[in-house]
Amino acid sequence: MKIETNNAEQKIAFFDDPKNVMWILRIFYAICILLVVADFIVHRHIYVSFEEIPAFYALYGFVACVVLVVIAKAMRKLVMRDEDYYDKRDDEVEQDVPRVAVEHSAEDNSQSHESELADKESHK
Amino acid sequence: MSYAIPAFLPFFLAALFAAVAPVKLRYLLVLVPLVNGILIYLNADQLTPISVQLHTFTLQIMDVGAQVSEQDAKLSLLFAYLFHLACFICLIYALHVKDRVQIVAGLLYAGSAVGAVFAGDFITLFIFWELLAVTSAFLVFARRTQAAKLAGIRYLIIQVLSGVLLLIGAISYFQQTGSTDIGYIGLGSMASWLFLIAFGIKAAFPFMHSWLTDAYPEATPAGAVFLSAFTTKVAIYMLARTFPGEDLLVYIGAAMTCFPIFYAVIENDLRKVLAYSLINQLGFMVCGIGIGTALALNGTVAHAFNDVIFKGLLFMTMGAVLHRVGHVNGSNLGGLYKTMPKTTIFCIVGAASISAFPLFSGFVSKSMVMAAMIEAGHEYLWLMLLFASAGVFHHAGIKIPFFAFFAHDSGLRPKEAPTNMLIAMGIASFICILVGTYPEFLYQMLPWDMEKAYVPYDLTHTLTQLQLLFFSALAFVWLNKKGLYPPELKSVNLDFEWLYRRVLPSAGRGLALFAKNVKASVVEISVSAMNALPVMKRGNDANAATLTLRMALGFVVLAVLAFVTQFI
Repeated sequence: MKIETNNAEQKIAFFDDPKNVMWILRIFYAICILLVVADFIVHRHIYVSFEEIPAFYALYGFVACVVLVVIAKAMRKLVMRDEDYYDKRDDEVEQDVPRVAVEHSAEDNSQSHESELADKESHK
Repeated sequence: MSYAIPAFLPFFLAALFAAVAPVKLRYLLVLVPLVNGILIYLNADQLTPISVQLHTFTLQIMDVGAQVSEQDAKLSLLFAYLFHLACFICLIYALHVKDRVQIVAGLLYAGSAVGAVFAGDFITLFIFWELLAVTSAFLVFARRTQAAKLAGIRYLIIQVLSGVLLLIGAISYFQQTGSTDIGYIGLGSMASWLFLIAFGIKAAFPFMHSWLTDAYPEATPAGAVFLSAFTTKVAIYMLARTFPGEDLLVYIGAAMTCFPIFYAVIENDLRKVLAYSLINQLGFMVCGIGIGTALALNGTVAHAFNDVIFKGLLFMTMGAVLHRVGHVNGSNLGGLYKTMPKTTIFCIVGAASISAFPLFSGFVSKSMVMAAMIEAGHEYLWLMLLFASAGVFHHAGIKIPFFAFFAHDSGLRPKEAPTNMLIAMGIASFICILVGTYPEFLYQMLPWDMEKAYVPYDLTHTLTQLQLLFFSALAFVWLNKKGLYPPELKSVNLDFEWLYRRVLPSAGRGLALFAKNVKASVVEISVSAMNALPVMKRGNDANAATLTLRMALGFVVLAVLAFVTQFI
C-alpha cells in the first residue's frame, strides 16, 4: 500500500503512514483483549439469562455486525439498481474542488485504506 | 413577569422579517429562538394559556398553565426547549445561506413544531401538523434540482395525507367523545387507529418510512439539518402523549430499529445512511413509548433530545461536505480529514454520540430504553435492540466518518467548512459531550417521576457497552481485512418507495396503454361495422338490390325490437 501524492504536500498525512495505522490497530486490538479479560475479573450484574455467557456482549457485538454485513451484502443482489434508476441526476453540480492525483496500488478500487494496511501488517 | 404570547409567534414574525428585510440582517434571526427559548425557560411556571374562539369552536393554541397535568406540561416544555435549541443551531449553521426561501421556510417550520407541542386540541394540532408539512417541503424544493423537486412533491403528498388522516381521526374522535382535547387515547376505536397511522407516518413506521429516506437526502445542506430535528420528534411527542404503554408500539419500534440498518450498510449516499439511521433511532423511542413505564418514557424523551442534537450534528457534518464537494457519495469521498480536520472531529463526536459511547450523549439515554425493555420482560426484543445498537455503531458510528473523511484517498482537497457551520457543529458537539458527561443536565428536565433515579455510569453498563462497541468495530476491521465488507457502489437501493415510484406508475401507464388499445380497437370495429352497412349514395339509391337489402335490415331490426319489448 502506498499513496503517493505528487503535489506540494511535503509530509505524509498522519493516517497515510502505515506505521501510524499499524499502531492504532495494535492499540485497538489490545483494548479488545483487555475488555474480554475484564469480563472475567469484574462481576457483571446479570439481568437477562443470555448475559451469563462469558463475554456475551463482545461475542454478540461481533457476530451481530458480521451477520448484518453478510445479509446486507446479499440484499444487494435483490435491491441494488443503477444510480439513475429513479431520477436522472445530471443537473446536480459538483463543486470545483481542488484535487490532487492519487495513485492507488493495483487492487485498490474499493478496499479501504485501513484494511490494506492491516493486510500488510498481517503478512509481516 | 409572565409569558403571554403564543410561543410560535416570534418564529412566524421572524420569518416575515426574513422575507422582507435585507439579507445582511439575517444574523439577527439567530437571536429569535435564543431569546424566546430563554424567556420560556425563565417563565416556565407563569406561562399564560391562550385560546382563540373560532365560531363555536375554541382553538387552544397555548395549552399551558394550571389545568394541564404536571407531566404534560413538562413534556411540552422539554420539547419546546429542544426545538428552540435545534432552531438556534440550525440558524447559525445556515448563516452563510443567502437563499431567503430556506431561511423563511426553516423559521416557519421550527415555529410550527413549537406550536404543535403547545397545542391543546387536535384541531390546533392539525393546523400545525399541516404547516410542518408545507413549510418543510420548501427545504427540499430549495435544492432546486429535478430530483429534489420530485422528492419534495412526494414528501408533501405523504405529509399532507398524514394531516388529512389526523383530521378525520379528530372528527370521529369528537363524535365519539365530544371532545378534541389532546390526551391519552389508546388503541381501540376507528379514530384511534387513524391517529396512530397519522402519527405513524410522521414517525416513519415501517412501510410508512420511505418519505424520510426519499426527501431528506435531497434537501439542501442546511435544510436536511432542519428536517432531521422537527417532524419526526413532533410525532414522537404526540405518540408519547396519546399512546403511552401501547403494546403494539414495542413491536413496531423493534422492527424500526432493525430493518433500516441493513439498508444503511449498503447505501452510498451518506445523508441517506443518516436518514436510515434516523429511523433506527426513532425505533428506540417508539419502543420506549410502547413499554410505557416512567423509565421507558423518560428514556424516550431523553433520547429524542439527544437524537435531535447528534443526528443534527451528523447531518451538519455531511452538509458541510456537500457544501464543499457537491455530493456525499461514499464511493467518491475519502481522505477529507486532511483539509477538513475540524469537521472530521465534529463528525466523530456525533458518531460516538449516536453509537452510545460512554461519555457521549447517546449512552445516557438509549440505555434507559434498553433497561426498561428488560424490566418489561421483552427479552428477545431486547436482543433485537442490542443488535440494532451494534448495527448503529457499524453504519453510523464507523461508516459515516470513515468513508467520508478517511478510507482511500479520493484526492479531493476541499476547504474547511465555513466558520458559521463550524460554530454550529461546535455547539452541538459541546451539548453531546455535556449531556454524556453530566447527564443530570438532561435528567432533571424529564417529565415522569421515577421510583429510583437511573444511573447510567455503573461498571456493568460501561463495560458491556464498551465490549459491544469495540467488538462491533473489530468486526468492521476484520471484514475489511478479509475483503468481505461491501464496497461503496454508485447505486440506488429499492425500498418501499419502489411501490409508488415504479410499480404504481408503470401499472398506471400499463392501464392507460390498455385503455388506449381497447379504445382504438372499439373505434376500429365500429368503423368497420359502419362501413359494412350498405351506404346509400345519391345516384345509386335506386338500385333495387340496395333497397331490398335495406328493407330486409329494417325488418330484422324491427323484429328484434318487438322481441325485446316483450321482455321489458
